Order: sequence, then structure tokens, then C-alpha cells
Amino acid sequence: MNEFLSNHGTELLIKTGEHLYISFVAILLGVVVAVPLGILFSRIPKMADRLISFVGILQTIPSLAILAFFIPLLGVGKLPAILALFFYSLLPILRNTYIGIQGVNASVREAGKGMGMSNWQSIMKLELPLALPVIMAGIRLSTVYLIGWATLAAFIGGGGLGDFIFDGLNLYQPVLIIAGTVPATILALLADRLLAIVEQKLTPTGMKESYEAA
Amino acid sequence: MLEFKNVTKVYDGGKTAVKKLNLKINKGEFVCFIGPSGCGKTTTMKMVNRLIDISDGTILVDGKDIKQQDPVQLRRSIGYVIQQIGLMPHMTIKENIVLVGTLLKWPEEKKNERAKELIKLVGLPTEYLDKYPHELSGGQQQRIGVLRALAVNPPLILMDEPFGALDPITRDALQDEFKKLQKELHKTIIFVTHDMDEALKLADRVVIMRDGEVVQADTPEEILRNPANEFVEEFLGKERLIQGRPDVTTVGQIMEGTPITVQENESLKNAISIMRDKHVDSLLVLDQQEKLVGFIDIEIINLNYKKATLVNEVMEKEFLYVEKDSLLRDTVHKILRRGVKYVPVVDEEKKLVGIVTRATLANLVYDTIWGDGFDVEEHVDLEIAK
Ligand SMILES: Nc1ncnc2c1ncn2[C@@H]1O[C@H](COP(=O)(O)OP(=O)(O)OP(=O)(O)O)[C@@H](O)[C@H]1O
Ligand SMILES: [Mg+2]
Repeated sequence: MNEFLSNHGTELLIKTGEHLYISFVAILLGVVVAVPLGILFSRIPKMADRLISFVGILQTIPSLAILAFFIPLLGVGKLPAILALFFYSLLPILRNTYIGIQGVNASVREAGKGMGMSNWQSIMKLELPLALPVIMAGIRLSTVYLIGWATLAAFIGGGGLGDFIFDGLNLYQPVLIIAGTVPATILALLADRLLAIVEQKLTPTGMKESYEAA
Repeated sequence: MLEFKNVTKVYDGGKTAVKKLNLKINKGEFVCFIGPSGCGKTTTMKMVNRLIDISDGTILVDGKDIKQQDPVQLRRSIGYVIQQIGLMPHMTIKENIVLVGTLLKWPEEKKNERAKELIKLVGLPTEYLDKYPHELSGGQQQRIGVLRALAVNPPLILMDEPFGALDPITRDALQDEFKKLQKELHKTIIFVTHDMDEALKLADRVVIMRDGEVVQADTPEEILRNPANEFVEEFLGKERLIQGRPDVTTVGQIMEGTPITVQENESLKNAISIMRDKHVDSLLVLDQQEKLVGFIDIEIINLNYKKATLVNEVMEKEFLYVEKDSLLRDTVHKILRRGVKYVPVVDEEKKLVGIVTRATLANLVYDTIWGDGFDVEEHVDLEIAK
């Protein structure tokens, strides 16, 4: 262990950094795209269900296949890796945003509209705050998956902890495989905890107790 | 204030929910819409603040066609209370109450002040302003729902079964509270309800609807007295017609016809002999046109016997009387409150037409409780017998 750390310590730090970077950028992109899309879907509920199942079907394509698919299009490196991961982050966030907003009590929405909230005010002041716990749950789920999947980025030259795993597989060195897997798992668990705290913080005060009661 | 002109609503599926509705509602009027489920009450109401689009016809608010107005601005200028209360769970009570103020960008101070002012109206302590909706009981929440509609002081308020979700006791309390509030605020109110008692209790005018059409629009008294047709009668229920009866009975219907009188230019001596003949201790005084001008009793005669000779010199001119069209219940109140023995009844020209005495009331009570003094009751008996 000590021997491994003295040989590969710096490399481990760098790879962990890369790993986080790839995952973080992908998830950020995912949130930026999927949340507005989910809101948009909530305005067209009849279409939305079909659109969401379509996205769902796309995502059943095995991740390695997607990664491989991006090589001829974008070459190798961090960008295609991030794009592929971004693609995977979409569905959980999109679906949870949509469900969260659909789930906002209809009478609350009607009251808002009847009081004279514009569409935009209704989204910003009512629907998003009330749907936030559900949206955050989607982001959390996506993040945990993404940190795991990011190990595959190494396959197309994206770097990250996956490099250890691939080296380990190529060189028949189990230590390297463990050196890639364990930190990735720890990262995923940490991210999950962290986001759980964020979720708790973002849940509107008036809803915490009613949530527990429900 | 609010006018419906040939308003029709046809839903996408082809369902006609409201048919050529015509109705004019005055400023300060409290109008209840009532009718069986699906008759178009909610649709009618929601067309006013454009939550539902009108298919045909026009609605005027303050003389202005609502279709010409921006729906968001329009809604901010009309109060709105819904049955499911619909408070924003993530906002404090204060934020909920002044929500429309926030939308209109009121300064914080003004909002705080208004919230404090309003919450006092319903007798809740100001500490409640910092609570969240789920910390309040259903009745308290709906009080806040009503306050929210009052926040920016809109002249027109729409209420869709606002007390429908509450238990009967809370509902009753809130109705009383709200009626009192309305007396102070003089809002124009459109109030949708399922509950006939609620409508009769609160409304200045009750609009009874069926299948998207107005069947009758009248004051509660008028509806109880003259239901437009069998549908209205059935909707009111026989029970209520009986109960409603004493409420709408006029003095003219129960008065006794032959009060003992004396002409104002008779002598006191004659007055006394009339009293003695008829075994009464007071007389109503009439002028030549049979108009009631006063009364005279044995005490007055006793005091003035030596000084005066004619009735109109000593008669008492300040006295209580009622018109024959006034409601019995009001007359009963007067008799009991003032402790008088009788009240003369006059027509529009103040001609004496009858009298209500305490004995009349005793008979009435007796009939109501034990007898069949009311023909409606006989109807019911027959119905049951059939
Ligand atoms: N969005 C809609 N699309 C199609 N039909 C509708 C819609 N909303 C209401 N209706 C129909 O229009 C009619 C009137 O509905 P409305 O809600 O105005 O009735 P209501 O008098 O308020 O009834 P309730 O007492 O049950 O609230 C009903 O037959 C109802 O089924
Ligand atoms: Mg309704």
C-alpha cells in the first residue's frame, strides 16, 4: 500500500482530479440542459410522456457503444468523454424535473395563476421551489452513476481513474485495478452524501415537516 | 360592476357548460351561484378572471370588456379564493397573504403593514404571520386564503366553494365572520356554493343554475317566497320552504283585522265609552282619511280629563307602527324588544289596516308548533301520505 502510494501517489491525485472534472462538467451540462427541458415538457404533458420514453430508449444503448460511437465523430480525449457522460446524465434529471413539476399541487398552481402570476413567475416562484427536492434527487442519482461510468472515459482517452483500471487489466496488475476502483467508489459515495445535504438545505422550510409527515 | 352578456362556453369536447348567460351584478352586491354539480358555476366564475376562455359573448368588469385586458393584470385586480385553499406551502403566512402585493412590487414595509392589518381582521395573532401553512388548521388556512384575496383591496372577489372543504362548525363560524367582514368592506362578491343554507345566509342575490342556464336570480326572501318553478322548489327542499316560511311571512298575513279606533276630533268622553264598551284600555286614533295619527289610553285620559275635551289635544303622537309588507320576524323583534303590548299595522298611505298583539304572536307560535297553521306543512303531509 505504502509502496504503491509512493510510486503512484501523485498520479492518483491527478487522476482523481481528472475524474472529478469530467464528471462534474458532464453533470453541470446535464443540469443546464435537462432542467429547462423538463420544465418545457411539463407545459406539454401529452407529448412529454412519449418524448421521455424515447430518451429512455436511447439510453439503453450500452455505454461502451456510445463511447465508441463518439470516436469517429469527435476523436478521442476529454471532450467526447464528457459529451457521452452528459448524454447519460440527461434522463434521470429530465424525468425527475418533469415529475417534480407535474407533482406540484394543482390547486397551488391554480391559486398562483388566479392571483395573477405570469407563466415565468409561476415557474420561478412556485413550481421550481416546490419541485426542487425531486429535481435534486434526480441530480444526485445522475451524479452517482456518472462517477462510476466516468471510469470508462479512459477507454477513449478521457483520462481519470479509469486509466488505472485499464492499465491494470492490460498489465495483469490487480493493485492498479483496485487503485482505480476504490477511489471512484469513495468519490461516488461522498458526492451522494454531499448532494443529500444540499438537497436538505434547498428544500423549502415550509415543506420539510409536511414531507416527513407524508 | 360586473356584467355577463350572452356568455356561452363550449369546451373542446363539445360540451356546452354555459348557455347565453345574461346577468348584471351591482357594486357591493354579494351574489351566490348555486346549482347541481356540473351546472356550470365554476366555469362561469373562472371566465371572469380568464382562467377559462369565453366561447361567445362578453363579460364586462367596470364597463370594460375583459377580453381587451391583459389576463395577468386582470387577475391581479380581482380577488380569488378557491375551495382547495391552495396556500403556497413554501411561503410563510405573511408571504402568502401579500402574494399579489409582491407581484405588484409593493415595498416590503407596505406588505408587512398590510399583512398585520389583515390578519387582525380574522382574529388571528400576528405571530402567525411567520408560520407556514401546514402549521395551521384547515379553518385557519382558509381564513388566510380569504385574506390573500383581500390583500390589494380589489373591488371584486371571486370565491369558488371557499368553505366547502371545512367541517360544518368551522364553516358556520367562517360564514358568520365573513358576513360581518363583508358588511365592513362592501366588496362585490361572486360566491359559488353547493350549500343552499350558505347561499341563503350570505347572499344579497342567489343565482340558481341548471345545465348552464340561470333558472332564477333573486333575493333569498323572494326565492323562498316565490320559487320560479318546481326545480327551484325541489332544490330548496320542502323542509327549507317550511322553515323559510316564518322568515318571509309578512305582518299583513297574520295581523288581526279590527283594531278598536277613535276619530281624532271625538271628545274624550266618547273615547272612554268606546273603551268601556269594547273592554280595552287604549284606542288607536285616526284622522278623517282613516290615517293613523296616534293613540290614546286610559292613563292619558285620566291625566288630562280636566284640561282637554278632544282626543287630538292629548293623544300620544310618538308611537311604534309597522307596514303590512314588513317581515314578521322584524316585527316580533320590535314587540319583544320594546316591550309593547301591540303594534298597529298600516298600508303605504299610513291607513290603518290591522293590528298585531302579543296574543296574535302566541297563536302563531301555537300553530307553528302544534297546529297546521301553514298550508305548506299540509302539502308535505299529503306528499308523505301518497
Ligand atoms: N376542462 C373541461 N373540459 C371539458 N368539459 C368540462 C371541463 N370543465 C368542466 N367541464 C364540464 O362542463 C360542465 C360544467 O362544469 P363546472 O365545473 O362549471 O360545473 P360546476 O357547476 O362548477 O360543478 P361542481 O358543483 O361539481 O363544481 C360539466 O358538465 C363539466 O363536466
Ligand atoms: Mg365547481
